[in-house]
Amino acid sequence: MKLVKQLLRNPLSLFGIVLLLFFGLVAIFAPWLAPPPNPFEPYRIAQFGYSPTPKPPTGPNPLSEVWKIVTRHSDFSKTHPFGTTEGQYDVYYGIVWGTRTAFLAGICITGITALIGIIWGSLAAYFGGWMDMAFMRITDIFQAFPFLIAAMTIAAVLQPRIGRSITTAAIALIVFGWMGYSRLIRGDILSIKERDYVQAARAAGAGHLRIVVRHILPNAIYPTLVVASMDIGSYVISFAALSFLGLGAEVGYADWGQMLSFARNWIPRLHQYWWIILYPGLALILFVLAWNLVGDALRDILDPRLRGRIAV
Amino acid sequence: MTAYVIRRLLLLPITLFGVTLFVFGVYSFLEPGMKAALYVRDIPKTADALDRIIQKYGLADPFHVQYWRWLNQVFRGNLGWSKTAQRPVLDAILYYFPATVELVLWAAIPVLFIGIWLGILSAVHHNKPIDHASRVFALIGWSFPSYVYGLLLLMVFYAMLHWLPPGRVSDWVIKEINAGTFREVTRIYTIDAIINGRPDVLADVFKHMVLPVITLAYIQWALLLRVTRSSMLETLRQEYVMTARSKGLAERIVVYKHAARNAMIPVATMGGMLLIGLMNGAVITETVFNYRGMGWWAANAATQLDIISVLGFTLFNAVILSLGILFIDILYAVIDPRIRLE
Repeated sequence: MKLVKQLLRNPLSLFGIVLLLFFGLVAIFAPWLAPPPNPFEPYRIAQFGYSPTPKPPTGPNPLSEVWKIVTRHSDFSKTHPFGTTEGQYDVYYGIVWGTRTAFLAGICITGITALIGIIWGSLAAYFGGWMDMAFMRITDIFQAFPFLIAAMTIAAVLQPRIGRSITTAAIALIVFGWMGYSRLIRGDILSIKERDYVQAARAAGAGHLRIVVRHILPNAIYPTLVVASMDIGSYVISFAALSFLGLGAEVGYADWGQMLSFARNWIPRLHQYWWIILYPGLALILFVLAWNLVGDALRDILDPRLRGRIAV
Repeated sequence: MTAYVIRRLLLLPITLFGVTLFVFGVYSFLEPGMKAALYVRDIPKTADALDRIIQKYGLADPFHVQYWRWLNQVFRGNLGWSKTAQRPVLDAILYYFPATVELVLWAAIPVLFIGIWLGILSAVHHNKPIDHASRVFALIGWSFPSYVYGLLLLMVFYAMLHWLPPGRVSDWVIKEINAGTFREVTRIYTIDAIINGRPDVLADVFKHMVLPVITLAYIQWALLLRVTRSSMLETLRQEYVMTARSKGLAERIVVYKHAARNAMIPVATMGGMLLIGLMNGAVITETVFNYRGMGWWAANAATQLDIISVLGFTLFNAVILSLGILFIDILYAVIDPRIRLE
């Protein structure tokens, strides 16, 4: 409770929380904000024709058009408040449903990555000796690859096997994301595992699992969790980057990075077709900014030691 | 010191061995038929064509046999044939490498100078307007995907104003290169233009470089700024800084000579991360700006599922990165004697 109060007191993190709440509401109410034409495939962006040129937003003010759709005074299949991209994908629809993809990408990827890193690092640090040595050398090997390039490779290799989808991109990012967390938690566990209370637990006959989960992790996990919370924004960016490069979500999937990749075909006339970059771009920036603001404040509150530390 | 360097050097082959094992492991993830398909140039006319390729190149052999065969070839500099570049992968990498080096080096200059300088300034003027401004600047930079940033720059400076075009050089320069009137010596065009004594080409190269350099540098500034700022804030609170002040030294000398030098030590650890950031960023930046470098080629190859090229590119990058980080770590040990004791 104290944590929430502190977060709300800081104007920056308050702004972040408000933004996140807004995106959360958009994600929850997506079926009402933008009713899917095909209820079984809500993540396929609603498509209105096949014309290759993007069409501009209709109506005088896109936001008032959005309001009309939300209040059911008009149908977004007739008005396109944020315009359409090439292939007539509705930008408004893509942004609304893309919010869900973004939440899914940010939270799931970060969560799974952090979990793998924590398990790996805990095993290495707790058992020590040759196991520590071997585990950390393997971590070194994974860290020898530049993150995005390695993820790109994995995504490219997975595509012939499991097809182009958000799962491909997510797996690619997870495979190369966990090393930082395992290093961080390893360091913290190494300093904690010799403490008296851990020795006491061991003397009392507790098993390895019990010692790690009940005695060590609760005292070592916070810095890693804070860093993970600060990374959510970066993962959203990387995930969208893979889609942008054409390695993540398939064409027409409600994902902001995928929508931005349409803009690559219109570079000489981007100012004419500004809506195909401005709306998805703005959504992505605000979403990432919100996570970063909250993560930053969380770090200052929970772990003053990490101030100025950068986690990428 | 020597012991530290030797230990680091001994770890390098282990890491590199792991890297090759991993790259080949990723490749082995494909079924023999898929691997064979990577080598076929035309649609096979007979039904057993793929099987014959699998037989001929032993694509269904056990992992270690294939790995050993592959590793032998890699040591001879044979990384396979790149379909997208229409030449051997290593040739393609070396062909595109200078362009990327040029981009990364130009981007590193503003990153280092502006990042560190703004970081020092905002620490010195802690909680003053300049501090707040640079923190906001850093936070925005941290949240700004480089591809959105690059596209916005292109929208304003290319589509709207026609000032700064995408690509690497203008068509007339490419024509001159093909005609042989402009000699490619290093393929780093800023240097080539000077060697050829062609200020007009140099101007053209710069015109194409401005936007990619800004895009690539922007996010890295933000990272460096944050680290410099916090390290500098900590150093300024140290007692020796107070001593320097009480001796009556000018504030400028206290800040830049006494505090900044020590504050730079943690910043130096950022070197590796900076290198990774620039390498990753180069892929995105080159793709956005259609700048024909290594990253552009690799991203293209990846979308066209030219997996041989992508794996070669990844292996090359991993080797460069390992060597780069080794170099930075040794440099760090030279700067900071305390690190050697660990």
